[in-house]
Amino acid sequence: MTQLKFPIYLDYSATTPVDPRVAEAMIPYLTEHFGNPASRSHSFGWTAEHAVEDARAQVAALVNCDPKEIIWTSGATESDNLAIKGAAQFYKSRGQHIITVKTEHKAVLDTCRELERQGFEVTYLPVLDNGLIDIEAFKAALRPDTILVSVMLVNNEIGVIQDIVQIGDICREKGIVFHVDAAQATGKVHIDLEALKVDLMSFSAHKTYGPKGIGALYIRRKPRVRLEAQMHGGGHERGFRSGTLATHQIVGMGEAFRLAREEMDAENERILGLRNRLWQGLSDIEEVYLNGDLAARVAHNLNVSFNFVEGESLIMAIKELAVSSGSACTSASLEPSYVLRALGRNDELAHSSIRFTIGRFTTEAEIDFAIKLLHEKIGKLRELSPLWEMFKDGVDLNTVEWAAH
Amino acid sequence: MAYSNKVLDHYENPRNVGTFSKGSEDVGTGMVGAPACGDVMKLQIKVGANGVIEDAKFKTYGCGSAIASSSLVTEWVKGKTLDEALNIRNTDIAEELALPPVKIHCSILAEDAIKAAVNDYRQKHDSK
Repeated sequence: MTQLKFPIYLDYSATTPVDPRVAEAMIPYLTEHFGNPASRSHSFGWTAEHAVEDARAQVAALVNCDPKEIIWTSGATESDNLAIKGAAQFYKSRGQHIITVKTEHKAVLDTCRELERQGFEVTYLPVLDNGLIDIEAFKAALRPDTILVSVMLVNNEIGVIQDIVQIGDICREKGIVFHVDAAQATGKVHIDLEALKVDLMSFSAHKTYGPKGIGALYIRRKPRVRLEAQMHGGGHERGFRSGTLATHQIVGMGEAFRLAREEMDAENERILGLRNRLWQGLSDIEEVYLNGDLAARVAHNLNVSFNFVEGESLIMAIKELAVSSGSACTSASLEPSYVLRALGRNDELAHSSIRFTIGRFTTEAEIDFAIKLLHEKIGKLRELSPLWEMFKDGVDLNTVEWAAH
Repeated sequence: MAYSNKVLDHYENPRNVGTFSKGSEDVGTGMVGAPACGDVMKLQIKVGANGVIEDAKFKTYGCGSAIASSSLVTEWVKGKTLDEALNIRNTDIAEELALPPVKIHCSILAEDAIKAAVNDYRQKHDSK
């Protein structure tokens, strides 16, 4: 058995390491080919421009669209802002209503909040207890003045995959602009923008073994979608997003997406095996709950609540593992995960949740170590937990009157 | 969360974990917090005939600093009279453990747990 290196990284949905092949492709564009892709008067600029256009084609190939439909941004947060604010502001004469979902990433939710301050009306759709959208509830939320719908493809916390095929069909039929945040989806699910009725799609490099600080937005040309730019300046990226292009970052994203396209089928199969092994190894612990649907879910994600154990203290106990939690104590706001609460999970289970996300460099030995460690530490923390003691004594915790503080 | 070594020590080696029989005459039990808020502390004191706390035990559901605060408190109350125990302030706990500002509520909860345990003991005895 190979020697394990600690801590073991199981937080691939937070970010991924840059694949060494990606890093290697990027380096020449920092030192040797450092030109500004907007320089038209010499070969430094031409070389850089060529690299940028190659990368654009690589990103487009992964999601099956025309490279002209891809523009570069600083990441998925910026892409979400540009797509949502840009479309809402451009189409506001048609209507003021936007629909999104309660479990979206903050980059979408906070952008929608900002639009509410600007006078738009936003519906935040609830989800079913498996984390998926109820299509009937979505249809019921549509109004004649709905101009924009934003739904993520893969949820960052629970990994569930929303049915963007059906939602896209409905939006197209009604002439509503449809934006999809796909930051967590590239390399994990097949995306075919030729077939999908999606108008705008956000991408990030660093969730798919590329560098941080670079992302892209897909903007459909047929039928054409228009946006109001949010960043003004030199008119780069056909005026959608001004600012000198970060050639090395773009090259990195292109290479990362090229590798994803080539390797995703084999990789996802391997990762699914590891995820199932992990879940099998943990599901025999008493009072363990899986958060989110298991079938409509990417292979990489396992989100589990260990009842009667608080998430932050569990993370401290399993310091050999780098994971994240939906517990209040790991967030700046002291609020437990709004995603888990949207599933109807009670606060205790939200506080007790751990997100394991598996990736390209995870090994079977690492998963086995994690299973063993969790068995030990859950037992230890439950010995310490008054709630566990009450549960074992047969007390129904819902009938206890707590002194809330 | 970057914790002090004292928090880590109490977290790794919690003192006086356990349970006394709730019904015992010489035991006072305080349970504070709520699962929905992410922390629940149960503190129990065993009081001698001379009114001095002889022993203490705790169980805590919560973050590392909640566990450390309650573990520390079980050490501090031992050997104190009930009134002396009531004089333990959350600021003393926070200072001893060098709690970060967002974790001050854990020390407040620990102070409340002492009060609740002492009250429970006194109620048992006053009602006679």
